[in-house]
Amino acid sequence: MAGTVIEEREVVRPAPSPHRTSGFLHRHRWLQLSGLLSAPMLWLLVAYLGALAMMFITAFWTTDPFTNDVVRVWSLENFKQLVSDRAYLNVAVRSVVVASLVTLVCAMIAVPMAFFMARVVRPRWRGAFVVAVLTPLWASYLVKVYAWRVMLQTDGVLDSVLRPFGLSSPGFGLAAIVIVLTYLWLPYMILPVYAGFERLPDSYVDASSDLGARTVRTFRSVMLPMVFPSLVAGSIFTFSLSLGDYITAQIVGGKVQLIGNVVQTNIVLNLPFAAAVATIPVAVMVIYLAVVSRTGALDNL
Amino acid sequence: MGASRRATLATMAGALVLVAAGCGGDDSGGTTTATGGLRPPKLEALKTLGPGEGQVNLVAWAGYVEDGSNDPKVDWVTGFEKATGCQVNVKIGNSSDEMVQLIKSGQYDAVSASGDASLRLIAAGDVAPVNTALIPNYKDVFDGLKNQPWNTVNGVNYGVPHGRGANLLMWRTDKVSPDPDSWSVVFDPSSPYKGKITAYDSPIYIADAALYLMATRPDLGIKNPYALDDKQFQASIDLLKQQKNTIGEYWVDYLKEIQAFKSGDSVLGTTWQVIANVAQGEGAPVKVTLPKEGATGWSDTWMVATKAKHPNCAYMWLNHIISPEANAAVAEYFGEAPSNKLACAKTADPNHCAIFHADDEAYFSKVWYWNTPIQQCLDGRTDVRCKNYAEWTQAWTSLRNS
Repeated sequence: MAGTVIEEREVVRPAPSPHRTSGFLHRHRWLQLSGLLSAPMLWLLVAYLGALAMMFITAFWTTDPFTNDVVRVWSLENFKQLVSDRAYLNVAVRSVVVASLVTLVCAMIAVPMAFFMARVVRPRWRGAFVVAVLTPLWASYLVKVYAWRVMLQTDGVLDSVLRPFGLSSPGFGLAAIVIVLTYLWLPYMILPVYAGFERLPDSYVDASSDLGARTVRTFRSVMLPMVFPSLVAGSIFTFSLSLGDYITAQIVGGKVQLIGNVVQTNIVLNLPFAAAVATIPVAVMVIYLAVVSRTGALDNL
Repeated sequence: MGASRRATLATMAGALVLVAAGCGGDDSGGTTTATGGLRPPKLEALKTLGPGEGQVNLVAWAGYVEDGSNDPKVDWVTGFEKATGCQVNVKIGNSSDEMVQLIKSGQYDAVSASGDASLRLIAAGDVAPVNTALIPNYKDVFDGLKNQPWNTVNGVNYGVPHGRGANLLMWRTDKVSPDPDSWSVVFDPSSPYKGKITAYDSPIYIADAALYLMATRPDLGIKNPYALDDKQFQASIDLLKQQKNTIGEYWVDYLKEIQAFKSGDSVLGTTWQVIANVAQGEGAPVKVTLPKEGATGWSDTWMVATKAKHPNCAYMWLNHIISPEANAAVAEYFGEAPSNKLACAKTADPNHCAIFHADDEAYFSKVWYWNTPIQQCLDGRTDVRCKNYAEWTQAWTSLRNS
């Protein structure tokens, strides 16, 4: 891509008169650059940061208790309420725990799986495995969650499979939420980790074994540090997607609610309060990203 | 990295300033509705009925707008579409709160609003007055349903009555015995059905607890389950907290409740007649009853949105849904009392109106229609301040996450 751009510029140079604009742009590189970036920057500003800022501002408004219309009067009432009622702390902690568990389980499944796909399977079969990992993403989210609801129900698939082992389905609740979210977001963890393992040069592994390291040692001291950034990239997906989810909790959560459910209930009745609640996951994600960037994992992505 | 981070920060700060500036201007122009007495904005009703616009977008309760796609025998929409040329598009609202939100989006023409939604919609100016002269079938509506506080404000009609009914108690006949006749079974802390009990997932469900306390704790002096002072409200919340230990799951999506009763994950809990009908149709052994304490219920009103893009088709729909034929069909399918007197002669079961007490005002005095709790106590008390719906909502969120 970059090569073609340079080539075009070279062609333009000998004939400046009919290409005055491009010549002008060539002389003013910053204009060229800002023109090129203006569309994505505008998108980032208006649609992305704009929406976030709008949400943050809304959190300081209040609502008419009867009509539920937003009243644009500045107040800290929503945040006071968030802090004063322990229920919101509970649901925030519960959501972070669920998101962490989902991320952890995803990582535990994804690392051996991706290792197998990238380093054990013959190269020509790799594509088939990648397709297999991606296939669940082609099905609708709702269909998958409802399918899990049917599997988890009393005398469902899980019950009949586990019965010979003296176990039963965990039923609807926290465990069900973690299982279903893990299933939903697993591909987002496997793919970056797979890419990480695939990028790893064979010579490193050879060098490690030449120096006398056994398989386990090579995996722990050479491979794992190399794929750690990919693992972090995957964890950002699984963690943030789990933190924002509310539909899974609604369908298989029994009586458990996550922070997304609290936002969803209040979005209808008290939009400013919903916005205030929604700042919690945003804050958690900002902290998470800050911690992650401290480890330097983001620099190598 | 450092430079780009600074740039990002600068952009974010810039965006904040821009948005803040944009919003600041609205402060003066923002409309705030009166929180005291109900003073709806002045809006004009349709004066004359024009030709249909070709389609109409409805927000309705499940089972209110059936075009045969759920059950080929249940269809009162196709005939209307053929006769008027108005293609009917329906969006199911799972709760009154959801319906209010959908109407506020401005994409819908008419809504089947319950009492806890209708006044909110009127007060916010989201629905327009309805000119009943343009709805020929309105004259046959039971007088007991006309000009009621949930469909009429200051003598102005805001819709046509659809029908009414009660929230019922449903149970699996193979799992629960003896047959319950009281709400006590869902509030029993040592219930043998612990973990299999279900409840409606909406702040309005607090009224169900209040209604039970009204019968069992006369010392609290609850006169109306939607008018609760601090002490009465706290007692209701405490009861619900205790109930939460025995709840398996809360439902708001009616399909989820049908599935839960079919699989046996729920065996006992609050329901609508239409859910029982569908569950029975799909082979689940369930029964329903109106418990002796009475019940919460609904009296629904079809209203026309202020921002309706297809008002003529909306009026035609209002007239159609309260026509004797359609009103009989929907009342029978949903399991409620029709609003049109003449519908009683058109039901497949000739006793339908008797069974559902269509004109039995004494019966409906035991049913507390969903209403929006406000600060001014609905039961007429003036010496105390009642909890408003915003407080109900907060308490419900808090309860669900305690």
